Amino acid sequence: MSQTAQETLHAEWTKLRTLPGTGWLLLAAAALTIAVGVAVDAASTCGSVGCEADPAKLSLTGVQVGQAIVAIIAVLAISSEYSTGMIRVTLTATPRRCSVLGAKAALVGGLVLVTGALAVLGSVLAGRLILPGRGFTAAHGFPPLSLGDGPDLRAAVGSVLYLALIALLALGVATAVRDSAVAIGLVLGLLYLFPIVSSVVGDQHWQRHLEQIGPMNAGLYVQATVGLKILPLTPWQGLGVLAAWAFGALLLGAVLLRLRDA
Amino acid sequence: MTTTITPNRSATLQTRDGFAQLVHAEWTKFRTVRGWVIGMIVAVLVTAGIGIFVAAGDAGQSCQAIGPTGSSSGCGSAPALPLGPDGEPVVDNFYFVRQPLTGNGTLTVRLTSLTSLLPPAGQGLGATPSQPGTVPWAKAGIIMSATSLSTPRAYAAVMATGANGVRMQWNYTGDTAGLPGAVSAGSPRWLRLARDGDTITGYDSADGAHWTVVDVVRLAGLPATVQAGLFTASPQLPARAVNIAGIGQGGGGPTASTAVFDHLSRSGAWPASSWTGGYTQGDLAAEAQGVGGYHQLAGRITVTGQGDVAPAIPDQGEFGSSENTIAIYLTGTFVGLIAVAVVATMFMTGEYRRGLIRTTLAASPRRGRVLAAKALVVAGVAFVAGLLGTAGAEVVGTSIARSRGTQDFPEPWPAELRMIVGTALVVAVVAVLTLAVATIVRRSVAAVTIIFAAIVVPYFLSAIATLPVGVADWLLRVTPAAGFALQQATPQYRQVDAYYAPVSGFYPLAPWAGFAVLCAWTLAALGGAVYLLRRRDA
Repeated sequence: MSQTAQETLHAEWTKLRTLPGTGWLLLAAAALTIAVGVAVDAASTCGSVGCEADPAKLSLTGVQVGQAIVAIIAVLAISSEYSTGMIRVTLTATPRRCSVLGAKAALVGGLVLVTGALAVLGSVLAGRLILPGRGFTAAHGFPPLSLGDGPDLRAAVGSVLYLALIALLALGVATAVRDSAVAIGLVLGLLYLFPIVSSVVGDQHWQRHLEQIGPMNAGLYVQATVGLKILPLTPWQGLGVLAAWAFGALLLGAVLLRLRDA
Repeated sequence: MTTTITPNRSATLQTRDGFAQLVHAEWTKFRTVRGWVIGMIVAVLVTAGIGIFVAAGDAGQSCQAIGPTGSSSGCGSAPALPLGPDGEPVVDNFYFVRQPLTGNGTLTVRLTSLTSLLPPAGQGLGATPSQPGTVPWAKAGIIMSATSLSTPRAYAAVMATGANGVRMQWNYTGDTAGLPGAVSAGSPRWLRLARDGDTITGYDSADGAHWTVVDVVRLAGLPATVQAGLFTASPQLPARAVNIAGIGQGGGGPTASTAVFDHLSRSGAWPASSWTGGYTQGDLAAEAQGVGGYHQLAGRITVTGQGDVAPAIPDQGEFGSSENTIAIYLTGTFVGLIAVAVVATMFMTGEYRRGLIRTTLAASPRRGRVLAAKALVVAGVAFVAGLLGTAGAEVVGTSIARSRGTQDFPEPWPAELRMIVGTALVVAVVAVLTLAVATIVRRSVAAVTIIFAAIVVPYFLSAIATLPVGVADWLLRVTPAAGFALQQATPQYRQVDAYYAPVSGFYPLAPWAGFAVLCAWTLAALGGAVYLLRRRDA
């Protein structure tokens, strides 16, 4: 007897919801994102001399830290099943392994979308309130952040999608490697490797390439609202690169899940 | 024949109980888990590989930047930095108005003005200085030097500076403060140097009547005849971080300073009849631009110059300075650290997951010693992995750079050794810290994330992303990431105005002080781990 998609989703939802850590981690991701955003807003100043900052990017800096917690949530969604042996029960109950992964992806992605939306809204609000006091005023060419403004809206919506894609990437990697420590190490290494290496490579050609293919660099282009012409990719193309990474990781995870013994 | 019953059992038990046996048991566990060994090999490969990648990318850039001349000398043809007496790279090019002085003697002068020109905003390194302003370390004064032109020179000088009062400086790194305050016609500075054998004494005075000794220095092997005279130097302004988006291009650029001297008086044997003026390295672009020179008029001597006589600081775009220190080849360390942290975590959490911890603790009930043995094993393995990775990155990286003709900022060998071995030590201590954290939290994800948040994130935020310098310095003082200070290539010199920030490779703590912060965190975590391991059921 096989389950319907709805039943699979319901089963996965029950598991995810009853894990003690999930709620706390989601809360922590949102709180950390907003807190880092507020701290960076408060630490930035835009003096009378050339101020090249991007206010939308500044107030959404917290996403760069919050994404680590999002990755943990996604990794735990699958690797905790392996560490307890629960995966065998799961796959006995739902032999169609891809539906299991699909249900997990939908639920983790959905939860992160909701949390991310709250975190991004909070960060934008904080930026709107704090940045004008730090010299980012209309007189210096910085109107207050507003979701009615096209580029600001793109940065906000894009950041929410960014967090969801990071979750899917982490879920895919964790499905492929199964062990939680290795999975989180790989995901964090993958995210931070490209920006760190590209910052020290002197060759501009290589630097540009690294920034184009790195999931974090490219994905965060969606936050840019000024200086779009000098970006190696357009904002949505950048998010597309991250989406390709996430899709690739999920595909790899799905193939390995089907081929391997649990 | 009945002989004594051998105390075989007890002897065996005793050896089994020994610490060496415990270490051996933990080592056996480590080496027989294939994934952990692979993890450590991955750590070596990524540490070395990223360093080599950085070297290859960097070398490529320098050749392109020089231009399509095609000649091998076109790659990195910038002149090598001169080295000072201790092997440290120095900047040694300033405008020197000199005469030989044979034997002992003194030189006294009054300085009535020191003015500087800054580059116009936003024009960068090619600009001609034209805006009046203050250069904090513009220098004008008198100097006694063992040679007129060549480097390294043994020298001692007493000078007025743009914003740091009177100083006595010698042999590039020596620096002592004298009278504070700026020079003006209303508040002139009298300066005097007196040579007595190998000893040079610097004096300053506000009125020419009441003299104060600034410092007395001994310059070993000073020749009988020295070059003595007036000099002016005006170092390049460093670029400053303007905001979180990056280093502003507006701040940096060449400067020029002009000093007016009078009341020149001398004692001793000065065989030459007139002064000779010129840049000490002669070929400075400044002279081509017409910046630099001296003229005498009715007892007043005006000296204009650029350049500096001071330790060289990397990555500041100084004249002829190489951009990068060898520290950039160690960039891969943080990825290697993640791999080591994952393995060190599993070395402990693996025991809990499989229930092996109960066997381990049954075999060796003294739990603190079990943790000590595990720490020793993981530290040893991590040190070797770190050393292979960093040494590989440095050796291959520098040889790639050399074969492509680019120059790294030269390092005295003790600093290079400290960077390589120190980084391996950081990797080893981080492995122990991870083990302790994993013992406390007993969950893999939590342990890896805590280590990542405590070490890689502060390093990333301060040294890579450009947080405001104050926040970045603070992060690298209190977090375990302070240990990365061992990768600092050159010391900070207060007498050189440079952009001393984590993003340009300068850490807020001294190398071993930063390492001590990391060790303190590790000891605290180990203490907590031992306490909890003893208290809790396994």
